[in-house]
Amino acid sequence: MTLRSLFIPITLLLVIAFLIGPFLIIVAASFSAGETLAFPPQGFSLRWIAKVFTVESFRASFGMSLFLAIGGTAAALILGIPASYALSRYKLPGAEIVRTVVSAPIIVPGIIVGLALLRYIVVPFQVGITLALFLAHTALVLPYAVRVVSASLDNLRSDIEEAAVLLGSSRLGAFFRVVMPNIRGGIMSAFILGFVTSFNQVPVSLFLSGPGVRTLPVDMIAYMEIVFDPSVAALSSLLAFLSIGIVFVAERFLGFSRYV
Amino acid sequence: MSDASYLSLEKLTLAYGDSVAVANLDLNIRKGELIALLGPSGCGKTTTMRAIAGLLAVKSGHVRLDGADITRVPANKRAVGLMFQSYALFPHLSVYENVAFGLKLKGMRGPELETKVQSGLKSVGLSTFANRKPAELSGGQQQRVALARSMVMEPKVLLLDEPLSNLDARLRLEMRTELQRVQKETGVTMIFVTHDQAEALALADRIVVMKSGKIEQIGSPEDIYNRPTSSFVADFVGFENIFPLENGKMKTSAGLIDLSGKPPSAAGLAWRPRMVSLGTGPFQGTVRGTSFAGDSREYLLDTSLGPIKAEVEASQPAHALGADLFFDLPPEKAAPLLRFV
Ligand SMILES: Nc1ncnc2c1ncn2[C@@H]1O[C@H](COP(=O)(O)OP(=O)(O)OP(=O)(O)O)[C@@H](O)[C@H]1O
Ligand SMILES: [Mg+2]
Repeated sequence: MTLRSLFIPITLLLVIAFLIGPFLIIVAASFSAGETLAFPPQGFSLRWIAKVFTVESFRASFGMSLFLAIGGTAAALILGIPASYALSRYKLPGAEIVRTVVSAPIIVPGIIVGLALLRYIVVPFQVGITLALFLAHTALVLPYAVRVVSASLDNLRSDIEEAAVLLGSSRLGAFFRVVMPNIRGGIMSAFILGFVTSFNQVPVSLFLSGPGVRTLPVDMIAYMEIVFDPSVAALSSLLAFLSIGIVFVAERFLGFSRYV
Repeated sequence: MSDASYLSLEKLTLAYGDSVAVANLDLNIRKGELIALLGPSGCGKTTTMRAIAGLLAVKSGHVRLDGADITRVPANKRAVGLMFQSYALFPHLSVYENVAFGLKLKGMRGPELETKVQSGLKSVGLSTFANRKPAELSGGQQQRVALARSMVMEPKVLLLDEPLSNLDARLRLEMRTELQRVQKETGVTMIFVTHDQAEALALADRIVVMKSGKIEQIGSPEDIYNRPTSSFVADFVGFENIFPLENGKMKTSAGLIDLSGKPPSAAGLAWRPRMVSLGTGPFQGTVRGTSFAGDSREYLLDTSLGPIKAEVEASQPAHALGADLFFDLPPEKAAPLLRFV
């Protein structure tokens, strides 16, 4: 074998190592029997995995993250589905501008979005922390919702709506009877993508979290500043496997990757 | 409402924004008639159909159907069916559910619905396909589902926008017969759009030829085929030798030519290639091209009148390229054109 023919396999291995390596290290570290977060792990135990479930603040912040991920994504879809529909079906003036503005949070760093929300919305209008987080997560997920839903709408011919109307349905009725059922896969995919994005979101939440109200990732950072034990690694592993499970199921049943 | 105007378009003007696509269109259609809308791409056929269906707002003028002015009636309350070129079946519903869609919206339920849908499917020969999804059907079968879906609604008018253009030649012929049969059995008034003059001639009771948003000629297939009234229609239905008349004389590149026995007061004359007699005659030309079409042979002649196309039986002896031939344009065979455009 020449060096040349080894080049591609080696590059591939390196890429995989860089992508998967850190994850494997975290997973290994969560089974450590030692007192501090370390790699290679000292011994083997499930004590840190068990501990995750006993930390009170983790349970509260997990609840908060779950609420934001589900509620924020649902709200983003409620706004995003009609918006995508209007963008794809009507030749609106400035539709391109709207598309760009809506997708801005994908491009703009989270830190800036968080700061802007804090400085110009939360502080001046005295918005409560939970509401602020909810609004922020909705705004963050919205671009993904619009993108994914738009993609599945663009795959759907608009003449089926006209066919439905000519068979006696109203325009709105046609939307619910023939458009929604045909973009269900796209909506589910948008939901999962939005959920994962929201759940893993750090910078914006960091800015907006306040006393007693935190999302799980922010809480993990705070925890690590005080206690440096492997329970954070254990929690990360659990979350990673949860995400992988969700995406796997989504891909299996919805053809998730078609829309993303 | 008189019998002759079951569906009538009166001074219908349709526009996209400021650009007018159809201007001042007048058309009266009898109940049970099968009308073909024929014309080149972009002449406004689809636009007219969409306005009749209510999918496009009318700019001015009126659409009347069965005695009522439906110009402002929304599309879902018109009892007008439309078959799309793409079929527009609902991909998430089975064949059965596709056909039942409109009936359910009418509030039909239970055994009545079942009977109606089954008989609709039976009439297009798809009873055994009721549980399939549209994606599991061939193009011709999808077309039949679309037809059944429209027909079970018992529309007053069924519009078909190039219904056969997505099918291969054999299926086309089959669907053509199918459409004719359904029309005869139900007596539904039908308007179908086509690019294909053979299709229009074969199917229609009357043909409407359109050109840039206006009607150029309306007539029976025989009228359109044999007696086109304008140079545009003549050209469209295959008269390839067309000359304007000036002061009663034929205007050619060789100057004005007086044809004896020509019909009076026409604006032009047109001959099909088959109407040109080759071999004898007052004119002369050189063979520039020839093509063989099975039972006939076509020649392109270079003549002092300009290029002339002639067609003769293939059993006649063939002429070689470059041969000089005499020919005649018999005036009594020519179609007199009232308008030269
Ligand atoms: N959605 C639209 N917006 C603007 N102009 C349009 C639109 N649809 C059609 N037109 C214009 O209106 C005119 C008539 O179009 P129409 O679709 O009715 O033609 P058609 O006779 O059906 O042609 P074809 O045989 O190609 O289907 C054309 O000049 C076309 O460019
Ligand atoms: Mg068209």
